[in-house]
Amino acid sequence: MDSRMPMRRFRKRLLRAEPNFRTLSKLWQVSWLYILLICTLAGIGYIALYSAGGGSARPFAGPQAARFGFGLILTLTVAMLPPKFLVRLAWPLYLVSLALLVVVLQMGHVGKGAERWVMIGGTQVQPSEYAKVALVLMLATWFSRIPYSKMGNPLRLIIPALMVLVPVGLVLKEPNLGTAVIIGGIGASLFFAAGMRLWQIVLLLLPVPFLLKIAYAHLHDYQRARITTFLHPESDPLGAGYNIIQSKIALGSGGMWGQGYLHGTQGQLNFLPEKQTDFIFTTIAEEWGYAGGTLVIGLLLLLILGGMVMAIRSRNRFGRLLALGISVNFFLYCLVNLSMVMGAIPVGGVPLPLVSYGGSALINVMLGFGLLMSVWVHRNSRFGEEDEEEA
Amino acid sequence: MKFRGRKKREKLNRLLPAREQKDPGKGVFTRRALLLMAVQTAALGELSRRLYDLQVNSGDHFARLADKNRTSKRLLAPPRGLIADRFGTILAANKTNWRALLLSEETTDVEGSVERFSQLVPLDEHDRSRIAREIRHKRKFIPVVLREFLSWDDMARIELNSPSLPGVLIDVGTTRSYPFGELLAHTIGYVAPPNEQDVAKSALFALPGMRIGRAGIEQSQDAMLRGQAGSVEMEVNSVGRVMKELDRQDGTPGDELALTLDVGLQQTIQNRIGDLAASSVVMDCRNGEVLAMCSTPSFDPSLFDSGVSRSQWIEWTSDQRTPLIDKTVSGVYPPGSTFKPAVAMAALNAGVISPADRFFCPGHFDLGGARFHCWAKHGHGSVDLHLALKYSCDVYFYEVAMKVGMDRLAASAHDLGLGTELGIELPHQRLGLIPTPEWRRKHKHHWNGGDTVVSGIGQGFVQVTPLQLATYTSRIATGRKVEPHLVRAVNGDIGAQVDPQHWPELGMDDRYLRAVREGMFAVVNESHGTAPKARLTIPGVEMAGKTGSAQVRRVSRALRESGHFNSATLPWEFRPHALFICFAPYDSPRYAVSVVIEHGNAGADAAAPLARDIMTDTLLRDPVNHKSAPGQTVADAE
Repeated sequence: MDSRMPMRRFRKRLLRAEPNFRTLSKLWQVSWLYILLICTLAGIGYIALYSAGGGSARPFAGPQAARFGFGLILTLTVAMLPPKFLVRLAWPLYLVSLALLVVVLQMGHVGKGAERWVMIGGTQVQPSEYAKVALVLMLATWFSRIPYSKMGNPLRLIIPALMVLVPVGLVLKEPNLGTAVIIGGIGASLFFAAGMRLWQIVLLLLPVPFLLKIAYAHLHDYQRARITTFLHPESDPLGAGYNIIQSKIALGSGGMWGQGYLHGTQGQLNFLPEKQTDFIFTTIAEEWGYAGGTLVIGLLLLLILGGMVMAIRSRNRFGRLLALGISVNFFLYCLVNLSMVMGAIPVGGVPLPLVSYGGSALINVMLGFGLLMSVWVHRNSRFGEEDEEEA
Repeated sequence: MKFRGRKKREKLNRLLPAREQKDPGKGVFTRRALLLMAVQTAALGELSRRLYDLQVNSGDHFARLADKNRTSKRLLAPPRGLIADRFGTILAANKTNWRALLLSEETTDVEGSVERFSQLVPLDEHDRSRIAREIRHKRKFIPVVLREFLSWDDMARIELNSPSLPGVLIDVGTTRSYPFGELLAHTIGYVAPPNEQDVAKSALFALPGMRIGRAGIEQSQDAMLRGQAGSVEMEVNSVGRVMKELDRQDGTPGDELALTLDVGLQQTIQNRIGDLAASSVVMDCRNGEVLAMCSTPSFDPSLFDSGVSRSQWIEWTSDQRTPLIDKTVSGVYPPGSTFKPAVAMAALNAGVISPADRFFCPGHFDLGGARFHCWAKHGHGSVDLHLALKYSCDVYFYEVAMKVGMDRLAASAHDLGLGTELGIELPHQRLGLIPTPEWRRKHKHHWNGGDTVVSGIGQGFVQVTPLQLATYTSRIATGRKVEPHLVRAVNGDIGAQVDPQHWPELGMDDRYLRAVREGMFAVVNESHGTAPKARLTIPGVEMAGKTGSAQVRRVSRALRESGHFNSATLPWEFRPHALFICFAPYDSPRYAVSVVIEHGNAGADAAAPLARDIMTDTLLRDPVNHKSAPGQTVADAE
């Protein structure tokens, strides 16, 4: 009962001007090692953006550092929120994210041939980024109320399936294939982790090849062009294949130890497209070589696995699913972006989390880390167990 | 199956710790989460391996591509070689060309800048449309030429108003200049911007300011004059903007050519010719150096660099006197009587006559049903070679031509340099023609005896150029196969010249050559010769020569018999050409001169005095024996 009205109590304490020892001790509970890891990656991002700006904090590195500072505060604030409070936020946040996705379709700003941005309070916001976090929270909340033993009932899975398919459909309509795939992937991994039965999985996977065929037929021309150029990038070196070829050239010219900081010719001479956003990893790998590239991949992997460990260590179903969803989201970000810059999958507008320039993605990722930290801080909470006992 | 599975699970569940039993999804979650972690690790591991492939294994390949990406090599136009005459006087040079450029990226108001510029320096419609087109098509940092060949006044106005002309800058380039302009236009030629076919052949021609020789020496020696392009290697960014210079290699300037011409002599001859449609070649008959080549009227060669206006072009091409054609090598004329020494040489060489053999000239020659007239209506009586040349008796040469036959005549004429290609370094040489029965057959016609007869006096199909006439005179004078040439030295010693011994013997008997020379001496110096007007006034120096008047239209029998035939009353384009060839001094030949005056009527009256004056000028100036340009000549002093 005491954690049901945290805000009222917080106000009371504030009025009494007493130090909030509870909050302070909670802050101590935060995994500072994990925060240090996040800051290290953001620092690498700052260094790379400084180079992408032609050896200057303007126009990328400075603003991004400020955003990160804000994001870090957001992370630590969210980390203090108890699970019961988060659960109550799930529906409103989810519905707002859906509303934003509809708004962006209606009146969104067209960027690179797709409507992805919407103006809120003078800043550009990419609703599909928020939709991912909102979906993770929503699914974690929903599944935490379905005990494992009831997961075998297919009827129980219809509503969460719709929760995934609605944003996927809206994002596809923008159209943003990369994000749609990530949202789908998050949903699938949560279904999987929540205890979906194996026979259900097999049953679901059977029609996939046919669906893919139909989907390809409905792809936009530019999406199909990406797939074609991905298969044969040299067929159109100055057109759609340009990004992939130039990115590969940049990576290759980095070699083992790189061309040296601020000396990456591809990036400094603007041959690299989107070098501060989608292709920031290429800039790093060109200037710092394979050594720098693997270091970044290693750090990203540590963040992902750390999040997964936090999920396993959580003692309540909600926390487990929430932490796993956040980690999988982060992983899919990395996977899609890295595969894209290495030419392993068709190019799509997915940034490298924490490192790329861009507000929406960073705030979304930091919000996710906040939720992850909240799970970690409240890992021993017995939240949600009563539901299990009811069953 | 399902039942057994559940039972098994329940059995396992009992083995788990108490907490796990309370939270049955926990075990499944942990297993599945670990599986996902394994997948994540494997996926990022695979990406890392792929990165290794890209960066380390095929790194060299991509590093090369990156280098190709970032560097751009640009060629630098080499300065074109200078052309000088035999005494070092510059005939073709490079002049600085001030031009106004517009750099679009330096201004926000391109149209405004162009408009204000046109108020200072007028631009015509043609310029405006070209500028607008170039601004649209070129990248913003590549300058567009607004106007070339700015005067000092233009530049002063532009500089003064530079604050209101953002983006306009003044740049210096070079353009070809010809200090003597029209005087040497044909021989030196001119340059013009390369056309698309040239650009396709060599990247060098794509450079701004690059010019290609289009006529004369500029064309034939273009490869030498052009030089080697330099190059500058630059680092460029993805849109081609230059970031910094990596390496620069200056090109080799074009070779400097010293010609055999004497521009002072050329000027003197030009003054003599005036505005006749005429040509004259002066050669050193011992070594083949061409000292002067005049072809009038002429044109201003510098106009081709900046572009010839339409009206100017029409004026040139519609002029009957063909100012654009170099008459010395591209003008072909029937040689008329100047061909007679060649006919004589052929016959003597073939052994069909001896110099003393006499033929009777009754004033005409009959072959079959046709009658061929001598220019002297009542004939010359009995003439030998000496008299035949002196009187220029037609009948004698009709007879001789019939005796020697066309094939031997043509072979001999070719040896003497007529109707054949010469070694001179000029383009657009025409070969002329010494007709043979075989040539006639090739054109599906039958060769008539009459064709041989008229060829004997250099009429009919026979055609030669003035340069061939001068060469032929030199060969008769020296007995060697002298080749005319114009280039004396490349990048160096002006003094070097071809040794006369360098040229092979003609293989003609010296006695016969002497006989022909004596005949030519008589033409000028003996009483009743055809060209008494050509006698030199310089004491102790004598000249040998031969007149020629070449009909351009058949004279009909009716006209001839009417007795009123006077070619001077014909329309200009139907009058005969006047020709004269000569060499001097007679006792040790040094100079050979040929003169052709188009439609000048009689060689003896029009060409011979002109040739005498030219020879006098040449002998007095004597360029061959001077190391530097001699001062004023008689003609200048007059």
